[in-house]
Amino acid sequence: MSLSDSSLVGAGSVAAGTEAAPGSEGAAGAAAAGGQAAAEQTAGVRPRVRLSERIAAGQPATAPSVNRTAAVERQVVFQSRNVSVDYGEKRAIDSVTMDINRNYATALIGPSGCGKTTFLRCLNRMNDSIPGFSLGGELLYHGHDLYDARANRVEVRRRIGMVFQKPNPFPKSIYDNIAWAARNLGMRDGMDERVERALRGAALWDEVKDRLKSSAMGLSGGQQQRLCIARSIAIEPDVLLLDEPASALDPIATALIEDLIHELKARYTIVIVTHNMQQAMRVADKTAFFSLDESRIGTLIEYDDTDKLFSRPADSRTRDYITGQFG
Amino acid sequence: MSTLAPPQPSPAQNKRAVLTRLNNTDRRANRALKLLALAGGALVFLVLIAVVYQVISGASLAFDKYGFGFIVHKTWIAPANEYGGLTFIYGTLVTGVGSLILSTILGVSIGLFLSLMAPRRVAIVIGPLVEMLAAIPSVVLGLIGIYLLLPFIHSDIEPALHSVLGFTQIFGPAQGAGNSPFAAILVLTIMVVPIIAALTRDLFLTVPRELRDGAEALGCTRWEMIRGVVIPTTQSGITAACVLGFGRAIGEAIAVALVIGGVPAMHLSVFMSSYTIGSVMANVAPSAISSLETSSLFYLGAILLVMGITTNLAAQRISSRAGRIR
Amino acid sequence: MSAIPDPTYALTASGNLRRRQAISRGFVAATIAAATLAVAVLIMLVYYAAKQGVSQLSVHFLTATLPPGSPGASGGIGPALAGTAEMVLMATIIALPVGVLTALYLAEFASPRVGKVVQTGLEQMAGLPTIIIGMFIYGLVTLHFGQSAIAGALALSIVEVPLIGRASLEAIRRVPGSLREAADALGVARWRTVVGVILPTASNGIVTATILAVARAAGETAPVLLNSNPSTLGYQFNPLQAVPNVPVEILTLLNLGYPSAVAKAWGAAFVLIVAILAINIGARVWLRRSERKRGL
Repeated sequence: MSLSDSSLVGAGSVAAGTEAAPGSEGAAGAAAAGGQAAAEQTAGVRPRVRLSERIAAGQPATAPSVNRTAAVERQVVFQSRNVSVDYGEKRAIDSVTMDINRNYATALIGPSGCGKTTFLRCLNRMNDSIPGFSLGGELLYHGHDLYDARANRVEVRRRIGMVFQKPNPFPKSIYDNIAWAARNLGMRDGMDERVERALRGAALWDEVKDRLKSSAMGLSGGQQQRLCIARSIAIEPDVLLLDEPASALDPIATALIEDLIHELKARYTIVIVTHNMQQAMRVADKTAFFSLDESRIGTLIEYDDTDKLFSRPADSRTRDYITGQFG
Repeated sequence: MSTLAPPQPSPAQNKRAVLTRLNNTDRRANRALKLLALAGGALVFLVLIAVVYQVISGASLAFDKYGFGFIVHKTWIAPANEYGGLTFIYGTLVTGVGSLILSTILGVSIGLFLSLMAPRRVAIVIGPLVEMLAAIPSVVLGLIGIYLLLPFIHSDIEPALHSVLGFTQIFGPAQGAGNSPFAAILVLTIMVVPIIAALTRDLFLTVPRELRDGAEALGCTRWEMIRGVVIPTTQSGITAACVLGFGRAIGEAIAVALVIGGVPAMHLSVFMSSYTIGSVMANVAPSAISSLETSSLFYLGAILLVMGITTNLAAQRISSRAGRIR
Repeated sequence: MSAIPDPTYALTASGNLRRRQAISRGFVAATIAAATLAVAVLIMLVYYAAKQGVSQLSVHFLTATLPPGSPGASGGIGPALAGTAEMVLMATIIALPVGVLTALYLAEFASPRVGKVVQTGLEQMAGLPTIIIGMFIYGLVTLHFGQSAIAGALALSIVEVPLIGRASLEAIRRVPGSLREAADALGVARWRTVVGVILPTASNGIVTATILAVARAAGETAPVLLNSNPSTLGYQFNPLQAVPNVPVEILTLLNLGYPSAVAKAWGAAFVLIVAILAINIGARVWLRRSERKRGL
């Protein structure tokens, strides 16, 4: 089963988006090469297996590369227009305006407490359960208002999945962790294949294929996080939100997750919050830099292609943050 | 002439001074406190043993006469000096299980409501109100049961249940004034629901936020999250709470005595007056005539004690095992 | 294979979601119904007791004795109130120190293994059927010495000890470790730490536990039924003899059967339920408020 099997999108999807996907990998790889080498030196990580080597090893193929400079106009998945978030009287983030593109990995970076996780959680309405939460401005998903009164919250989450910072597998077997939500959604046929596909998609299949019925709690941290990714993609969402997915993991597990993101990009739209700038450089096509403004309210400072943001940041605050980290 | 300050005591000397500052009075007082505390704990233990001993020795007369056959012997006729415990054991189990079923359904629902559904301000008000139900003295509950519940049960609920479920034999025709195990089950439910509700509410609040978030992020409805994540995670705790509730139900004497009808007979229908161990002890003990009768009551008490201790220990083991898994 | 909905369609329920959400809503409604039922039952019980009993309330009712024998209208539960007060007071004098000392033992002195045994014992005592407690004291004391207030008080103390003990244990454990460490660092003797720091800090919880235990003991019938059930009317204060008490009085009046007796039973029941509920609510509110002030 190939990753680019397009049973995901129904009629009317944008073919251009699907084709541009692997191009992003090449572009991000090229732009991040310098940073990546530095990161690998500092992290002491073994060299990552490039996607090309994976293909050579007979793993799922992707569409042919497309030169990014001749980039097609990408479909926009999320449109944020002057979005602000209040918890009761307190304003957490203000005037965030950005577009998130399909089949891109978009990174949200910035210092702690600047609202990047808050904004991420707005994208699938996970902030709704926090008392006093209210959203201002407009947040559109494929042109539909996410916070419209008629928008069905559960439906939103079905299309926009989330993986959390700390791996949170259910106290069930590995198989049931993945099958549970799918069963709820009525996907009962071919569950074994679905589980296998999800585990392969999360690069976990080989490690657990012999113990699918054992408890998920017996897995290592990195495996649990990949399990969480597997169960999210098992229900075939449109978007995957990743909230600092590797921050609780060791460098090797982190590298595996980053590899994964490159593969997942082909099929899903990824938005990832990370406090690790090198990770953003390695993984993201576009990066958004969040920070606190003068009134200590989080806001979007700069948003651009990753290579441009890191090499020629337009805003001095971005430059300060980036150089501060390297220093 | 030396202008130096007098030599300061060394740290070691200071420490010694501190230790010896713990003078004799302090040391004696420490020991006295420890002894007193130990005495408290020992007293608790001793009283328990004394209770068991007393009940068993009180039952010895009856046990000598009947042996273990008492447990399966049905007849209890005081004037004929013939005693057997089966009817009461049966009644205790029927009322216990009946109220367990009802109070589990209601109690767990209320526990879910208070922990996961209700907004905080509502839960803070409703929670204590539900706990108040447990504070009502059993004699008052029995009194209200007689005058408020029994007529209503007799005229409305019993006929309705009989017409719908009468084929099961459990819901026979309504009879008498409504004094029955069914009425006792309702009264016991009122007493046990707050226990299960409070325990399960605390239990559900311990389910980590991240597990619930994880379920919601997968596009599941609230009910699916509860059924698929919350309840499986707290299964042992719920069982322990139910076992505790069962223990409370079988131990209740006064409220049951007032509404159950006091007839030592076993019936399949829960609408026929009957008896439980607790209620017969409460009704008969004050006016027990012969020492054999009193001893038989103690025998029943011993059986109830065994049931009570077993359920209590079971509840403790279930919840401690759950704690170990986490 | 089920059809995956096109993500660009409107954000309304797709596939089986509508049905699943209906089920979920039904379930939520059921839990709300259960909670509403519980509260409704509580209100109904209190209301009914009030309706039946409030007419009896008067100073006379609260102080007068019952008339001998005849179904006269006048009379009151004065002796019963006094007797309950006396027995509960005696019971608490016994139970409070035992409960607090046991809690101290479990919190401060016990080794894990012994502590577990004692804690199990406390839990078992909490779960003892009250009728068994009554029979226990009956066999131990009353059979040999006859009924007495002391016997009743002993039985009630067995009811109170686990309540006070468990709640005191929680209160003592909630005392921040930093306080203890500070005292140790100052070289203060153990007993001084306990008496001067730990107990005062836990005092709110202990006092609340005692008040709640008192409320519970006042309403208990079974422990007292066999051990302090006087046949004589009028005030009794001699602890070596049976004293009247409210719950047993309610039973007695109920068994008498005639209307004025039953009416008095309702009056007594109303007094009992109002007092107990008021104490319960008041104690909880007070505890929450004082803990918030302390920042615990």
